[in-house]
This record gives sequence, C-alpha cells and structure tokens, in this order.
Amino acid sequence: MNIFTYARADEAAGAVRLGSLDGAKFLGGGTNLVDLMRETIERPASLVDVTGLSTAIEATSDGGLRIGAAARNSAVAEHRFVREQFPVLARAILAGASGQIRNMATVGGNILQRTRCTYFYDDDGSRCNKRTPGQGCDAIDGFNRIHGILGTSPACIATHPSDMCVALAALDATVHLSGPRGERTIPFTELHRLPGDTPQIETDVQPGELITAVTLAPLAFAKRSTYRKVRDRASYAFALVSVAAALELDGENVKNVRLAMGGVAHKPWRAQKAEDALRGKPATAANLRAAAEAELAGAQTYQHNAFKVELAKRTITAVLEQLTQETA
Amino acid sequence: MSLKAAATKVMGKAIEVAPDKWMPGGIPDPLIMHKHGHKGDLIGAPISRVDGPLKVRGAAPFAAEFPVPGMLFAAVAWSTIPKGRITTLDTAAAEAAPGVRLVMTHKNAPKLKPMPIFNSSPKAAGPSDLPIMQDDCIHWNGEAIALILADTQEEADHAKSLIRATYAQEPAVTHFSEAMQHPRELEVVMGEPPRVEIGNAETALTASAYRVDRTYRTPRHNHNPIELHAVTLFWHEDELYLHDASQAVAQTAWTLAQVFDIKEEHVHVSSPFVGGGFGSKTLWHHHALAAAASKLSGCPVRLVLSREGVYRTVGGRTTTEQRVAIGADIDGHFQSLIHTGTAAMTLHNDTPEQFSFPARHAYQAENFLIAQNVADMDMLANTFMRAPGESVGTFALECAVDELAEQLGIDPIELRLRNEPEKDPTSGKPFSSRNVEKIFRDGAERFGWSDRNPKPRSRREGEWLIGVGCAEGTYPYYRMPGGQAALTLSNDGRAEASFAAHEMGMGTATAQTQVVAERLGLGLDCVQIRYGNSALDGVFLAGGSSQTATIGAAVIAANEKLVEELIKLAGSKSPLHGLKPEEIEARDGGLYSIAKPSRSDTYAAIFHRSGQDKVTVVGKAPPPLEMQHWSMHSFSAVFAEVRVNAITGETRVSRLLGSFDCGQILNSKTATSQFRGGMIMGVGLALMEETEWDERNGRIMNPSLAEYHVPVHMDIPEIDVMWTDIADPHTPMGARGIGEIGITGTGAAIANAVYNATGKRIRELPITLDKLM
Repeated sequence: MNIFTYARADEAAGAVRLGSLDGAKFLGGGTNLVDLMRETIERPASLVDVTGLSTAIEATSDGGLRIGAAARNSAVAEHRFVREQFPVLARAILAGASGQIRNMATVGGNILQRTRCTYFYDDDGSRCNKRTPGQGCDAIDGFNRIHGILGTSPACIATHPSDMCVALAALDATVHLSGPRGERTIPFTELHRLPGDTPQIETDVQPGELITAVTLAPLAFAKRSTYRKVRDRASYAFALVSVAAALELDGENVKNVRLAMGGVAHKPWRAQKAEDALRGKPATAANLRAAAEAELAGAQTYQHNAFKVELAKRTITAVLEQLTQETA
Repeated sequence: MSLKAAATKVMGKAIEVAPDKWMPGGIPDPLIMHKHGHKGDLIGAPISRVDGPLKVRGAAPFAAEFPVPGMLFAAVAWSTIPKGRITTLDTAAAEAAPGVRLVMTHKNAPKLKPMPIFNSSPKAAGPSDLPIMQDDCIHWNGEAIALILADTQEEADHAKSLIRATYAQEPAVTHFSEAMQHPRELEVVMGEPPRVEIGNAETALTASAYRVDRTYRTPRHNHNPIELHAVTLFWHEDELYLHDASQAVAQTAWTLAQVFDIKEEHVHVSSPFVGGGFGSKTLWHHHALAAAASKLSGCPVRLVLSREGVYRTVGGRTTTEQRVAIGADIDGHFQSLIHTGTAAMTLHNDTPEQFSFPARHAYQAENFLIAQNVADMDMLANTFMRAPGESVGTFALECAVDELAEQLGIDPIELRLRNEPEKDPTSGKPFSSRNVEKIFRDGAERFGWSDRNPKPRSRREGEWLIGVGCAEGTYPYYRMPGGQAALTLSNDGRAEASFAAHEMGMGTATAQTQVVAERLGLGLDCVQIRYGNSALDGVFLAGGSSQTATIGAAVIAANEKLVEELIKLAGSKSPLHGLKPEEIEARDGGLYSIAKPSRSDTYAAIFHRSGQDKVTVVGKAPPPLEMQHWSMHSFSAVFAEVRVNAITGETRVSRLLGSFDCGQILNSKTATSQFRGGMIMGVGLALMEETEWDERNGRIMNPSLAEYHVPVHMDIPEIDVMWTDIADPHTPMGARGIGEIGITGTGAAIANAVYNATGKRIRELPITLDKLM
C-alpha cells in the first residue's frame, strides 16, 4: 500500500511545519488530490488537512475582499459581498464542477489542482512529462481536443481546468503564502507556470508553502463583470474555452478592462494583449474582435483543438459586447 | 448455398406461407382484451415498481454486495499494447505486497477453454472466442494480463499497480480507415442476410429526378451502467456459484460450463438485481478470470471492475461508416433506396452493429440495395448497446430522408408517409401491426409541428438559433427461443411464477407481476415473481427488447397447463366439468365459462374439494415462428426542438417528444421511463457520447465519467412520450418491445433539428460545437 500519514492542522504555522516534511501534501476538500491518489498518480507520504484553517470571507477596510484559503467554493459563490462586488468570481465558481464538489472544494485547493489531460491520467498506458519528466508527451499527437492553444510547449499542452482561477486572474488577486521562511505574497497571475520544459512544476508555490488567503483589491468596475464557460454539455464538463471579464466605459471608450481565459493554457490566461489593445479605444464590435485577434495571434493549435482559436475570439467578443450593453 | 442454408430457406418459406392460425400468436392472446375496465384492470396500469421499496431502502442486494465468508478481493492489470507478446511480466513486487494471496497470470492460470461466442449455439454468450489468459499473446489494448487476489480491495488495487510488463509489439490494425480497405462480408448479420438487392438500385438512383447520396459516420461508444460489472463467486464441491450482474443468467451458466469443462447444471448464476445493463451485462472475461482465480486460491472471490476496468474489459458500440442514397420522383416516391456501409468488428466476435436493418422495413421503394460488412480491427470485442444497429442506422437513414424532403420541398413527415409500405418492402411479408401514420400525426399535433418553418436558420432568440426536426424509428420484435416458465397456484390464493429472466431496472418484475395476476384473475398482492437465477426455468435474454414477449409466451404455455390441471382437479362435481380449457377464462380468483359465466369455480373451492394444497406446472413457449411469418416491429416518431448558440455552436435540446407504436403497453409508468431513458441515451448519441479511441495504439483514452460525456440533468428537457396502445394481435399480451425503440430515431431527430436551426448538416456524430461553429 502507498502508506501515508494524515494530520489535521488547526493553525497555519503548524500546517507549514508538517507540510515541510518530505513528501507532504496539503489536503483541502480532496476533490482533485484524492482522485489522483486513487489513480496512484499522486503518492504523498503525508497529508496535512488544512480545512480547519481560515474559512473567513470578509470585506477589507478598503473595500476589497479577503478569502481564507479553507473557504469552501460554495461559500464564496454565495457570499453577498462577492456577488455584488465581484460577480465574475461567483459566476465562475458556479460554472465549475457540481454542487457536491463545490461544497467540498476549498479555495486553496481549487487554485492548486493539477492540470487536466487524459494522457496524464493514464498512468499505465501513456507517456507524460508531468508524471515522468523527460518521458515524452502522448497528447501532442493524440487526442488533444481539450488541450491548450496558448503558452504550450513541446513538453506539455495540458490545460488548467479551474473556473474560479480564471476570475481570480482577471481580478488581479493576490495570493498569501506562509512557508518555512516566513510569509509572502505573490500576484495570482504569477502563481501558475507555463509548462516550458518542466511541466511537472505547475506553480511557484515552494515546498512547504501554504496558501493561507486570497485577497482582491477593490475594483469598482468589477460590479460589471461576468464569466462565460463554453463546454460540451450543459453542466459538469471542463471548459473548452471560458472567459472572465470586467469592463469600465468612459462614454463610448473603454476606460478599463480585465480579461482572462480558461481552457486554453497551462494556467489561467490573463489576456493582457487584448486588454492593452482595448484600453482607450471605442468599444465597437470591430475593436472588441480586434482585441481578441491580438490575444490569439500567438495561438498554436494541434490536430483536434484548432476550433478553440475561433471559439476563444468569439467568446471574448460576445462577453465584452454583453458587458458593453450592461454598462451602457 | 450450403445444405443447411438451403434447408433453412425452405423452412422459412414454409413458415411464411403457413396459415396464420398455425403460428404462435395466430390466435390473439385473450389478455389483449383485458384493458380499460375489462377484467382485473391491471394491464397498462401505472403500478409502481414492486422492487422499489427494497431498492430505496438499500435492501436489494447487487452482485458486489453478497457477503461470502473467507472472500478475497480481486483487481486486474491490463495490457498497454494492442497486439503482440508479453516478454517480461514482473509480479514479484505484487506478490510481496501486503495482503496479497494470489497473482494469476498466463503462467499459472488454470486451463480455460475459449468462450463459445454469441449466436454460435443457443446458449452461447461469449463476447469473443479469444483465449483467456492462456498464453503470452495480447489481442487488444486493455486485455487482462494479471489478476490479483488480496484480503482487501485496497490491497488488491495496490498490488495491481506494482505489476510491470514489457512487450514485443506486433503490427496491429487500429485505424478504421485502414481496416475498411479489407471489408469482410458476413454470412449472416444477426440472423438476416447481409445483402438485400431488389431491382437495380444504383441505376434507378442515377435515373431519379431527385436524389441524395451521403456518407454518415458514427463513433465508438462505451457502456456506462451505474452499477459496475461485478461478480462474487465461489466453488463448492467442484460446482461454481456466481452472484452476477447479468442480463443472461442461463447463457452465462452454460458458457462458463464450457470454459471450465464442467456440466451446465454445475454452474449456478444468481442475479436478482442489476443496476443497468443496456447490452453490456453479459459474459466477459472477468467472469472466467475470477472463477479461475477462485479455483487456484481455493477462496471465494469478489471482482468489481473499476470504471476504467469496464472500458477495458467490456465492449461497447462499434464505429460505423454508412452510405445512404435515396432517389425519388417528383412526388417523392422512392425509386431507389441504398443503405450500405461498414462497421468495425474483430475476427473473434459476431456483433456487426446491424445498422442496415431499418432500411429493410421502413419505406416502400422500387429498388433496394442494402448491404453491410465489417472491417476487422485489433480491439476489444464490440457488443450490443441499446438498439445496436438501429440507433446509428436510423441516424443515417433518417437524416438522408430529411435531406431529400428539403430537396423536394415536401414536408419530411409527408414524405415519409408517401413512402409508407403496405407490406414489408423487402421481405414481402405482412406487418403484424403497423401504425406509423398515426404516431406521426398524433406526435406532430402534440408537438406543434405545423409551426415549423422549413427554411433553415429562420428562428432566432438572441444568440440562439432554434430549429425542429423529426425522424422515424423502427426496432424489430424479437421473441427468443427457449422460453419456459413455472407456475404454482396454492390453496391460499397465491400464485408464483418463475423463469430465468432478468430485472435490470426496466420494470420486468413489476410488469410481469401485473400480467400473471391478470392472466390468473388474481390481485397484484397475490402474485410473486421469481427470476434472476439460472436454476429457474427457461432461457431468456434481457436484450433485443425481447424479454417481455419471451416471458409472456412461456407464461401463456404454463397457464394453459395450469387450467388443464385445475379442470382435472376440480373433478366431476365442478360446474366447469365438461368444458375445454379454451372455453374457460380466469378472473376474480377463479375460472369461468366464457359462454356462460354462471358456470364457474373459484380456486379456493377447487383446492378445498380436492384436498390438494397447490398445483405446479411448467410451460414451454413454442418456437418464435411468428417472427418469420409476419414482419414485426416497434415504431417511433421522434420530434426534437434544439437551440444552437450562434456564437459558440453549443447545442441544447429544448423539447423532445416520442410517439410510439409498440403494441399494448403493460405498465404505463415503467414504460414511460423506458421510453424516456432511451431518448436520453439518444441525446447522448446525438450530441456528446464518443469513446476516444487512440488510433495509434487502440487505447481508450477517456475511460471515466468525467471525460466520456453522457447527458447530465441540465442537458435534458422535459420529455413528452405518447403511444398508440394498439395491441399487436400476434404477440403475447399484444405487446412489442419498448426498451430500445426510445433511442432509435432520436439521434436523427436532433440532427435534423440542428439543420433546421443552423442550415448545417452534420453527418458525423456526435454533433459537438466545433462542427457547428
């Protein structure tokens, strides 16, 4: 048996101490880690259950938001302040998984879930550079309909499956970490990594480091924000493409815009190029489409996922058009 | 033509021309008249499932829930290549792992004979005739290479993960396109000729004023019943006892007896409850492997396949490429109907996905060319999956009809009805009962078909393009040979009927309780049905939508004997004395003269006078000759409304209506569920189900419910179902099968609705958004 120990932490320092031991993993709701343990893809030596740490969801004095990492996804989605100030976040969470899974999943765990690829999950029969670095990738010439089109590498084309994270990327969240060498913060958009030639390392979270909280700076125009997920069935399917967006207009011009995509890359994809292309420009259909084109210009497609480029462009355009109308 | 084939042909002709009354069903089953206020009022009544309370309480035991003392748990390791030889198989770590009692591989497995395959003899149920862990050869990607027995499931699973194999790979056929270059024509396709030619269809097609000629493709599907395939088994004094999840208990017993070279009666299969079958809960290699491991270890064994294990061990629906071409004159009359194509299969099984069947019976045409062949691949043997053949065959045929209707400018329902045959168009036999016009007219009215705008892309709400479509479905009436039932009537007024049939959730136990109660004139509470055990009478397959009719005919035979016995028992003092069984009917707890109802005798009185406490009889159903005498089919008219997102291509079904002609409905509640369930599976077929078969190595890449998409609740609108309830005069109870007709036609109805919404013909399933962007 893959023997592992289990301990429940009741404060962050203790969790970090236990989590710094060799082979330790933090356990949130277990909706991804436990699955992977069952498939023997993850084989931790010890589990440190951090669901007893802060679950607080509270407005900060400056009008921002602080979410304890152990807060359940459902709790965040239904929180009144979240729904009013950051609707994109509530909608993104509700677009993900199922009610049961959202009730279990924690915010910290959602952020740290592994990327999704059927070849990654096929422990016995397929090559995967995440499972066995240097082994090769069977997805690149295999079934890659759900795979990435942006920021991929010859080593890995898997996508990050989270919906919540797409919203957090758009909202410029900050992640609070507590580790053996103290506390630090890291911009959310810098937490996940592109695969490069080390796809097995998915985030910049260091061994023993624990996500304790996520904060959002106040962002008035996020009141007009939304999330749209495009998928193969009406519920319980990962995004083929998803878009999180917030928009502020100044007359007809885009004053400010936040845009991120899911289902297209190894990380929640902040669409910086599209944002830059739009800021200060009239929010016309042509400009919205041009911004989407700019973002997708660097897309690289594979045998089964070429449709994602056009799908992403259309979805970005449609979401921004919708926000334009809501804003007007 | 072989002698046997010639003899079969002569026999077939004789059955065809024989008088109706010589046929089973030649004289209508009296139960046909028992509806709506007649007699006991049970036929058609919406009785809730008799096993419902047990299931809700968790008190209905399934195959993996029977406790057996000393039982070991099994896990299976699978090959990762499609074809070749095992060069090394390292089991040392697995053998040394905690709790492990046995690691069985081809090196130590007992001698097992290959399974006789389905259709090779009456009780054969083997999925393929490949050797079962007898040598180092690999035949498909996912074949079992080792089976571990351990004290706990967790220990077995862990040890399984320690098995290491290396292989010498051999060239394998894993590309369908490559396999199609060497098609093979079978001698028979599920009892029918693979090729039917009437006139010259190709010439007639070319000469037709209007024609469509299209290629349609359907993907592989895997079975996903909620209950995983499982068996709990043990040997006792060289006899094998299995708690199985089975839709073929008698066949499983016989076939396993061949594998272990023991007597059929020494294999005991029990399967009281099954959590969904759909064609998959038959016999697979895991049964034989678990029994072999039990033999080797001397311990009882439980083997529950993991979800991935089901994908690697249990076959599914195979992939097809079909050509449908229809030529018509200006009035829409079919001059030519061509339906040909290829299904992937293996050299080791005989389930060719009979997609060409609907075109043989659906429409009148001047010329026919119907032919299907198989392309052999190195893969897990494919198998039956709800309406094998008809589900994907009607997708192609009914989409082509829709295309032709548009070309002709004729309403697609009208076009179908203009080509409605009076007798079976390819066999010339009379239909036993066919009310296709009625199901279309009734369905169209309820659905609001007249509101349809035939011009595609003419209805839009915001981003959503809205369209409607319809399709016809046909599914054969089957009654399997070997039906036999025991009936016991006791002096306490209770009856028991038993037969080796199956309850997989479709409501068999409930409907048959109603039928037996009605036939005997007893209350529902007085009748007990026993089933799901190979020790019981008869051979039944919960497949081909045949089980209800097969049981029905067996119970009719048993009931005739019962009445004879009761007349004898009643004696000379009975008011019934001197009457023949056919002059008597059963109702209100006794027997009555049909001509003179005052002449009657209650069961209680008969038993009381005779001093006997019960009568038991066994009845054998006659061979199902009616299937060769009449053309017998269930029919559907399916209507769908879809909304296709103009931006993303996402399709959502917003309305679905099924109008059915399946003879007399026995239980309106369980029947509704069967129809709806089939139609839901049709939504999956149309929009999302697809096995990701990696053509590089024949490996299934989405063996989980996360990545293999079936519809979720949000994908399914309220489904309206209706039926003619017109009894088929030539079937037991006037009923025809209802289990498979629901999926049949649904795929095409949705595809045609998608066309009406978007103007895009998608001829390759599933209709995913990328095809509509």
